[in-house]
Amino acid sequence: MTKITLTVNGTRYTRDVEPRTLLVHFLREQLNLTGTHIGCDTSQCGACVVHLNGVSVKSCTTLAVQCDGAEITTIEGLAPEGTLHPLQEAFWELHGLQCGYCTPGMIMSAADLLAKNPHPTPSEIRHGLEGNLCRCTGYENIVRAVSSAAEKMGSPDA
Amino acid sequence: MTTESDLKPRYVGQSMKRREDPQLITGRGTYLDDIKLPAMLHVALVRSPYAHAQITAIDARRALNRRGVVAVFTGQDMLDINPLPCAWQAGRVTNHVNTPRALAVDTVRHVGEPVAMVLAEDRYVARDAADMVDVSYEPLPAVVDARDAIQPGAPQLHANAPNNIVMEWEAGDRAKTDAAFAQAEVVVAEPIINQRLIPTPMETRGTVARYDAATGEFTVWMTSQAPHVMRLLLTAFVFGIPETKLRCISPHIGGGFGQKIFCYNDMAFTMWAARKLGRPVKFVEERSENYRASTHGRDHITDAELCGRRDGTITGLRVKTHANLGAYLSTIAPGIPTTLYGRIITGVYAIPAAYCHVTGVYTNTAMVDAYRGAGRPEASYLIERMVDRFAAEIGMDPAEVRRKNFIQPDQFPYENGLGLLPYDSGNYAPALDKALEMVGYADFRALQAEARTQGRYVGLGISSYVEICGVAPSAWIGLAGEGWGAGLFESANVRVHLTGKVVVTTGSLPHGQGLETTFAQIVADELGVPYADVEIEWGDTQGTPFGYGTYGSRSLTVGGTAIKKSLDKIKAKAKRLAAHMLEANADDIEFADGKAFVRGAPAQAKTLAEIALQASVAYSLPEGMEPFLDETSYYDPPNCTFPFGTHIGIVEVDPETGHVDLQRYIAVDDCGNLINPLVVEGQIHGGIVQGIAQALYEQAIYDTNGQLLTGTLLDYAIPTAAMAPHIETAHTITPSPVNPLGVKGAGEAGTIGAAQCVMNAIIDALAPLGVKHMQMPATPERVWKAIHKEL
Amino acid sequence: MIPSPFEYLAPTSVAEAITLLQEYGEDAKILAGGHSLIPAMKLRLSAPSILIDITRIAELRGIVVNGNINIGAGTTWQMIEHHPELKQLCPVLPQAVARIGDIQVRNRGTLGGSLAHADPAADITAVVLVLDAQIRTQGPNGSRSIPAADFFVDMLTTALEPEELITAIICPRLGTDEGAAYTKFPHPASRYPIVGAAAYLKMSDGKVSACRVAITGAGPMPTRQIACEQALLGTDGSDTAIANAAALAGQEMEILGDIHASEEYRRAMVQVYAKRALLKARGAITS
Repeated sequence: MTKITLTVNGTRYTRDVEPRTLLVHFLREQLNLTGTHIGCDTSQCGACVVHLNGVSVKSCTTLAVQCDGAEITTIEGLAPEGTLHPLQEAFWELHGLQCGYCTPGMIMSAADLLAKNPHPTPSEIRHGLEGNLCRCTGYENIVRAVSSAAEKMGSPDA
Repeated sequence: MTTESDLKPRYVGQSMKRREDPQLITGRGTYLDDIKLPAMLHVALVRSPYAHAQITAIDARRALNRRGVVAVFTGQDMLDINPLPCAWQAGRVTNHVNTPRALAVDTVRHVGEPVAMVLAEDRYVARDAADMVDVSYEPLPAVVDARDAIQPGAPQLHANAPNNIVMEWEAGDRAKTDAAFAQAEVVVAEPIINQRLIPTPMETRGTVARYDAATGEFTVWMTSQAPHVMRLLLTAFVFGIPETKLRCISPHIGGGFGQKIFCYNDMAFTMWAARKLGRPVKFVEERSENYRASTHGRDHITDAELCGRRDGTITGLRVKTHANLGAYLSTIAPGIPTTLYGRIITGVYAIPAAYCHVTGVYTNTAMVDAYRGAGRPEASYLIERMVDRFAAEIGMDPAEVRRKNFIQPDQFPYENGLGLLPYDSGNYAPALDKALEMVGYADFRALQAEARTQGRYVGLGISSYVEICGVAPSAWIGLAGEGWGAGLFESANVRVHLTGKVVVTTGSLPHGQGLETTFAQIVADELGVPYADVEIEWGDTQGTPFGYGTYGSRSLTVGGTAIKKSLDKIKAKAKRLAAHMLEANADDIEFADGKAFVRGAPAQAKTLAEIALQASVAYSLPEGMEPFLDETSYYDPPNCTFPFGTHIGIVEVDPETGHVDLQRYIAVDDCGNLINPLVVEGQIHGGIVQGIAQALYEQAIYDTNGQLLTGTLLDYAIPTAAMAPHIETAHTITPSPVNPLGVKGAGEAGTIGAAQCVMNAIIDALAPLGVKHMQMPATPERVWKAIHKEL
Repeated sequence: MIPSPFEYLAPTSVAEAITLLQEYGEDAKILAGGHSLIPAMKLRLSAPSILIDITRIAELRGIVVNGNINIGAGTTWQMIEHHPELKQLCPVLPQAVARIGDIQVRNRGTLGGSLAHADPAADITAVVLVLDAQIRTQGPNGSRSIPAADFFVDMLTTALEPEELITAIICPRLGTDEGAAYTKFPHPASRYPIVGAAAYLKMSDGKVSACRVAITGAGPMPTRQIACEQALLGTDGSDTAIANAAALAGQEMEILGDIHASEEYRRAMVQVYAKRALLKARGAITS
């Protein structure tokens, strides 16, 4: 067991973990943050995407011990309690989700995409989300939602 | 004066954003793996590495010595429960049925078949210990291809299925069809392979089982599209216990696409182990386990022939299909290539003579059962590919051949002669015309001609499809011998509580379809109550009436209509009670906009909330009236519904690499009335991309030893956003006369329309090179080889 | 998707890491970005008993531009992709890196990790070859500099000694008379290249005065295409000259076939992508 201290969604945690514990299991099993999902075992699907020190990572391909001292944001902490991030609003508004299983990871990836490229074209959005698989939506409304959120986030009254 | 017909619906027809979403976009959903129970044990499975082998020994001693391991069980331990049932056999013929046990006993018949289960205090320990169970196998020869499996001398999977044949089944009129071919001016024939696909819902499957020894009751959370059916099958068929001793709960489901309809061995072995150990047991598949051991879809090998006249009239269709059903029969596997395929092979065309023969085959592969569309994509792909092939043969525009052979509006209800109930309604030409107009058909052909002079390969593909939704009426599916043998009705209970809030429970099982929103729109309009006052509850056999669940694009047509029936009963009772309250004659009462009033005197109305309060407090009710507004309906539709449409795709093929660029995709769908256009569009989008994926990317590949070579998402290519096209959608609306909502179903339409659309476009692009047909998926290599005439 | 147990060590200096490598030998694996290693461990294709995490070694990170471009081995893809100076001085690097994996892979994966792993389907290996980069390493016997051409030895095998670490990769600044490019035919599921082609061209007085072409994805290791390069040298670098030279690509290397692409098809694509990379490299020459 290795002792780690990290900040998740603004709260500091100190926990003993086995070195092999994957970050996604740490979040889901130890912190009960079950919004981060698991959809594959080969790092393809992106259902597990969280932010590690501000950038998106696949928490299934990150060891919890590697996050000692880090700041993690999960879907539960993307927006302050009781509010929605513009991406969450846009996914809701434009029907960017169906079963919702890929959605947390998709939104976390889209947030990183917009941080790197605040005004992406539809094609840039499609390529920027290559690390996230969705089987329900055909991506059409996901692309619309990310475009719409980008516009809102870029507007002066955002 | 206000009448019911004057009232504009407030919610129905509106693109309301989904009430399901606030939980899901904030990570507050509850999917199966999110469920944790005190003292819960975790399962890791030991799975067969062989496609076919005798199990000669299982030694669990090393695993049992691992700290944290509680038990290891094998198939021999579970002989007190029955194999899983096959609940839908091919109709009117003998089926040689073999179904899986909870864990393999003596023999394994496909890679990934579970052999032993390890139960441990946490999933990491369980996984470690599974590697420490020593299983000895004696490998047997394997067979993976349906045509190979029926050859003399092929490895035999089951003693009761000579030559690995599950069943032979037919539909249509063979003699009449043979005669049509004998007299035909033109005959075209092609081998058509509808490749094996892996459904790949983003959430894998899983089960959490709990047993209460004091009551003898199980509670099982499951990733199921049909929890009531699972309750029935697991109790009556597998465990032999009263149905009342099992409560099944489907939490949020992360996509199903058919794979989560069925009864699986993990349901049985988690229940068995929970009872044995007295502790809750959780099993969740890893993706590679899902790929090896949960159901696959399609896998047809077909010889198709179509005949007609040089004027473009199609006169006959003859089809022989080998359907690979895998190593065992899954819950409804034989029904898919028969009832849901062979009976609709003529599609949107009035073809006077058609015949279909299907051979179901066992192979050493994962079980094959319903995957989005389930039989209808296979049928639609087949006829639409052959119609294009025929058009090319006679040198006629494929749009014109379609138009010429469409079933005409005055022919509905239309009998296709293949043993289906009549097509309910349809008007196929307007959908084709609209799609042609959207794509700019005439202009495209001019551009195509010019591109060809520049050595560019652009093509346009048309797909006019029809499908069967609203599965299934007792009048069809319940007929003696048709297979399931019972009507797949749906249920709904509607209660108006004394506060005026409306609670609806449904046997439907939404898992992404937005049914909570859609159903609430209908309820709010029908009862004239605020949308927010309607609650839709589902997913728990305790608290919902028996229903058959969600699949086959049935939940609005069948489940929605069950709700509508209950609402009608609620309104009728409300009117009787209002008459009593208003001291009027019940026949004079009208119910509109949430109020009951004497016709012509709306000012004296009683609101539904007032009526519900009166019904609940119950101290002044009409003679003989029971308290409370609470009505249940079970809706058995008189017929299926038959949505249709035309899809058009435009591709450009890179002749150097064979890469296909899908540049435009247009979908004109007719699914009857639209309750929530936003939700319908989402269903269409998603369906289309699964169909495109079949055309371009996806294929489950086994090697000849039965090893799944596409065993992870590293190898099996489901589309990313960058691989999916922008989709242009439109609708024609031909209400269904079958149900009072006039709806037809939309969940599978996209998938049923898409694959042939893309393939026809590719073949159109390559027509100058003499390419007439190509199998799916049209990978760059396959296209490149077609271009280089090496197919 | 659960790795076997291991002991985790996180040194903060290169010297400390090398000491640990000496101490644990073959039982130890280096963890950099982890996007090759952790997936392999999750599938239990790899089960090291010691994991030495080098991501906490600050000296391994960062990009320094002086005469050359010095990229620390622990520099992540996304740092390379978004480095403003690199976009000017060696644009092929950020362009090629942008085609690797997905955003999340690029946020974690590192240049040094990819080179040390030497996956036959890595993207960047071909680029490193055509840039004639130097791989700087450090081990118990000090540091050395290995030319890229000598670095890749076989499938998953490099010239790196067991107790050595890659510390940096030295790439040239490209002049206005030089151009380089990377093109790839990605696998639809994994997005690894089924064929990846990198090309570098230098034009002097209207003639090709230097040329390097490398192929990845198609064979057991990234491979320079010497016949192709030599055919182009001294030509005018026209479309025809490039097409003729590209037709020689793949001749001197082993080409592999699998369910995703047969040997025959890969061989044809090696030529197509070599041509496309050369055309793109020529297009990148600004003077």
